[in-house]
Parts: sequence; structure tokens; C-alpha cells
Amino acid sequence: MSEVKAKAQESLTKRAPLGPDLNLEDFVREGGEWSYDPDYSQFTPEERGHLLRAGIELTDAEHAGTFLQADAAVVHCQANRPGVELMPLTRALEHHHWLKDLLWTLVPVDADKYTAYAELSPGNGYFIRALPGVKLTEPVEACLYLRTDRFAQPVHNVVIVEPGARLHIITGCTTHPRVRSGLHVGVSEFFVREGGHLTFTMVHNWAEEVHVRPRTAVRVEAGGTYVSHYIMLRPVKTVQTYPTVTLAGPEAVASLNSVIIAHPGSEIDIGGRVLLTAPGTRAEVIARTLTTGGVCISRGHLVGEVPEVKAHLECRGLILAPRGVIYAIPELEGRAAGVDMSHEAAVGRIAQEEVEYLMARGLDEDQAVSTIVRGFLSVQIEGLPPALVAELEQAVQESGKGL
Amino acid sequence: MNMLEIDDLWVHIDGREVLRGINLKIPVGETHILFGKNGSGKTSLLMTIMGFSRYRVVKGRILLHGEDITHLPPFERARRGVGMAFQRPPTIRGLKTLDLLRACAGGGQEILALAQRYDFLPFLDREVNYGFSGGELKRSELMQLLAQDPALVLLDEPESGVDLENLQVVGDIITQLLQKGRRRSHRDKSGLIITHTGFILNYVHADVGYIMLEGRVLCAGNPRELLEDIKKFGYEECIRCRR
Repeated sequence: MSEVKAKAQESLTKRAPLGPDLNLEDFVREGGEWSYDPDYSQFTPEERGHLLRAGIELTDAEHAGTFLQADAAVVHCQANRPGVELMPLTRALEHHHWLKDLLWTLVPVDADKYTAYAELSPGNGYFIRALPGVKLTEPVEACLYLRTDRFAQPVHNVVIVEPGARLHIITGCTTHPRVRSGLHVGVSEFFVREGGHLTFTMVHNWAEEVHVRPRTAVRVEAGGTYVSHYIMLRPVKTVQTYPTVTLAGPEAVASLNSVIIAHPGSEIDIGGRVLLTAPGTRAEVIARTLTTGGVCISRGHLVGEVPEVKAHLECRGLILAPRGVIYAIPELEGRAAGVDMSHEAAVGRIAQEEVEYLMARGLDEDQAVSTIVRGFLSVQIEGLPPALVAELEQAVQESGKGL
Repeated sequence: MNMLEIDDLWVHIDGREVLRGINLKIPVGETHILFGKNGSGKTSLLMTIMGFSRYRVVKGRILLHGEDITHLPPFERARRGVGMAFQRPPTIRGLKTLDLLRACAGGGQEILALAQRYDFLPFLDREVNYGFSGGELKRSELMQLLAQDPALVLLDEPESGVDLENLQVVGDIITQLLQKGRRRSHRDKSGLIITHTGFILNYVHADVGYIMLEGRVLCAGNPRELLEDIKKFGYEECIRCRR
């Protein structure tokens, strides 16, 4: 047994420090074998509509690449532009012998039972690589799809943006319209090499009884940029994730943005940590959370390890229902003189003063509230499919109802 | 015909009396000025006319074009032609100023042309009132009113915090809002303006001025003469005179 597997074996019952504990045996691995589908013909109109709501368009047009994994099966995988490599992780490991040495270098395999599970019950995942100097203008679309009820979907994803390359990935994670429960464990290790630029947009659109445990770590080298947008607008049972970005080289930049709606019954614990370990690095973590009755813990942690770094953390929460809970936990950790770090956090309801200000401009109360919520959740991400933009708008309208 | 008529208006905020029997008539086409010390009730009067819920009318009524609007919500008043520039407007994060201006206009005004005319284009992409200087806030408020094109213009200290460079722009916008370029008989707008400095009188011919104290209108008269008296003798003299 390899050292990695041994560590995983030892950690298979190790409880995660955050989030409700799950019994992995409550989920199944049987089924989930779907055939390869070069033209997406196996998807019903109902499924297509559901996937669209997670930003997945089921087309190869206008995408630098497309990847779709249903349960444990990769059903579609195609690179459409030169300079981008896109393949299931299992195939990438055969193709690039150096790749195995990168696995688990950013996320520890023994972090908790979920990372261990991903190693010991591998369920594929994607490998996306932008070759040196390649600047892709179209996004790569990746979808991780739970198509079987109670299915456990552990995946391991690797993204490499080589020096001077530019890449935008839109990942939509969602369930079949009839699937109510399941477990998604996503281990993601992203490498942004010198001067590279990675924008990673992740849309989660799960079901009411689905548990989600992403384990993400990113390393950004000198002059590189990592921009992440995390959007979750629909009900889920529990999510716990705390991505960590290490700004390892001078002038590296990270921007982590999240927009989350916690519905009744949802328990969401989401953070963002940035380690600024080289001079001239900059980071911004912005979380906007809104509850219509669910619980949302919004964490942020900035660590300035050397002088001449600058970082800002912003947690803002809107409570739109009497039983909704938002718990904002911003942390700043300066480990050297000369760090410049700040945070602002605000949690509350919509200020009546703001509503009436807009009413004084001729908007009725519902319009005023929707306008404020829309502003609060404003997501301006280039390359979002129109259907996802419409989904955002619908979520805003629904959130403002019943106030 | 009166644009605005206020009869014996008594108003409470959180149980505290802030307006005590206000009577006021503003004919169509006229602009009236409110003077008074801080806390005298000037802003409370404007906020009550606009319909803010904190300002509870316990007695009296407010008529717009003869229609009783005393208990209408702010948006109904706005749609009937009342518009207000606030002294300290709230910040609305995430909402672009351009989007708010479009909402104000309701499709009626060409926003980009307006912004171009008053050198406001650089502010359109910014969040509403976020990080604006005092002068920028005033300009933003006035641009919203231009977009709304109200019949009754309520201005709460439009000159406060405005630097000399911006004063002219503010004056120009107010002149436009109140149709001061037209002959009086051709105006169909009216204004009620709070001022401390009287700067506004250099740009707008005002018809009547009032001095407010402790929630009451103490006296009315020519606004320039009232301002001169206030400058020479202070508000204390007004109080003594009234007694």
C-alpha cells in the first residue's frame, strides 16, 4: 500500500473540524454507470432545463472545452480549442506521468474522512490544463452531476494554468430533477503558474437532502491571479468548505467572491482563506450571504506572513426571515510588521431607510426590496450563460417575497 | 391653484412631537424657502411631505394639487409628482447609480444625455451614494430628481458640503428643476427648499421664506430680507420679535 493510501486509510473515520459529521455508509456507490454521450442525446428536456439552471448548457459551441461527469461516469469530455487539455483525471494520470506527484500536494489526503474517502473510493474528476502562454477567451465548462439518488460522488479535480496562460472555468454542480439526496465530495487542487490567470466560477444547485464537502486548495505563483466566484442560490442540506489559496510568489493576486442564499433547512458553512506568503501579494475575500430561514456561517481568514502585502475581507449578510441565522467570522492574522489587512462585516435586515429612499423615487415596496436584494447579490461575471443570469434574477425575486 | 397645502400638521417621531401645527401653501410655480436652526423641524417637514413612515402624522393633512396625500406611501406620492433630494441619503451597496436613475425615470428621461449635460457620466457605474464626497452626493440626488422630473421639488440643504467648483452645477440643476428659465406664468413646478447659507437664493428666485423654530413656522416674508435679518440679528432676535 502506498504512503498516500495508508494515510487515507488511517483518516477514514477522522471527523472534519467544521460542519455536521456525516456517516459515509449512508450513501451508495452502486449504479451510476452511464454511457459516454458525444452529443448529449441521453439527457431529457427536463434534465437539460435543470442543468441550465446550474449554468450547464450541454453544448460544445462557444466553450473551450466541456466535461460532464454523471455520478461516477464521465459521459462527455472534449477540448475544443488548441492549447487546452481536458480529460478525466484517470486518463490524465496515464497521459502525464508527472501528474501523480502533484496529487495531494495542496490538499492533505488525511485532512478528514472526506479527503480520505476521495482517495480510497476514487470517482474520477476532471483534469484541465492551459498550456504556457495560451489565453483562452471562451470558458471551459465542467459539470459534476448527481444522477442517482443517495449516490456518493467523490471526485478529484486538478487544474493547471501554465506560465502566462489564461483560463476561465465554469463548473456547475447539480442533481437530476428527481434526485433528493446524495453526497458530493470534491477535492480540487489548482496550480496557477507564474503570470497565469485563472477565473473559477462554481455554481452549486443541489437538492434539499444533498450534503456537499468540497476540499479546495490553490497555489498561485509570482504574478499569477486567481479569481473565484462561488454561487449557491438553491436549497441544500449541508455544505462545508473552506478553500485555501496560497499566494506563493511576489505580486500574486487572489479574489474570492461568494454569493449564497440559505434556505430553510439548509446548513451552510463556507469560508475562504488566503495565505499571503510573498511580498507584493494582494487578496480580497468578499462574501455576501442571505438567509430566507437557513443557517449560514461565513468565514474568512487572511494571513499576512511577510511585509508589503495587502488584503481585505468583507462579510455582509442579509437576514430576510425571522429564523434565519448568519454567523460572520472574519479573521485577520498578521505575522509581520508592514502587512496591510482590513475587514468589514455587517449582518442585519434590509434597512427601512433604504427601502423608503427607493420608494421616494417611485418604486413600490416590493420593487424597492427586490432592487436592494439584487444589488446585494449583484454578480457581475463575464461569460455567464444567459440561463444562469436569469436564474440569479429569479432567485432574487423569490428571496424578496414574503418580507 | 396651490401645488402644496398643509393644514395644521402635527407630527411625532417615536412618540416625540417634532411638528406642531404647520400651515403652508405653495402655489404652482412658486418656490418657498425654509430657514431655521438645527433641530427646528425643517427636515422633519420635508420627510413628512415625502411620506417616510417614521414621521407619524397625528393631526392635520397634506394636499397635493388638492388631493389629500397625508396617508399615502412614499411611492404613491412620488408617482403623483413629489420628489426630494435628501441631505444625507443612504448608501445602497451593489446598486449602480445608473440603474437607480433609470428606475427614477421610469423610461421617461434619457439618462445618458442628462448625465452628459451635467458632467455626471463618471458616476453612473458607481454604487448608489457609496464613497461619494459631499458635493457628489448632492449632485447624485439632484440627478435623480432630474430623472424623476417631479412637480413639487423638495430640497434639503442642497448646498451643504458642496465645493465652489460644484456650486454652479448644483445651481444650474436646481434652476432646471424649478423651470426658473421660464416665465412665471409658464411654470408648473414648485419648490420647498431648506437652506442654511442662503446660497440657493443666488440661483433661484424664491417667493416666500419661513423661519421655523421648535416645530412651528414662526414667521413668513421675503426670503432675502429674512436671510439678512438672520445674518444680522440671529435666530434669537426672530424669537424675541415673535414674542
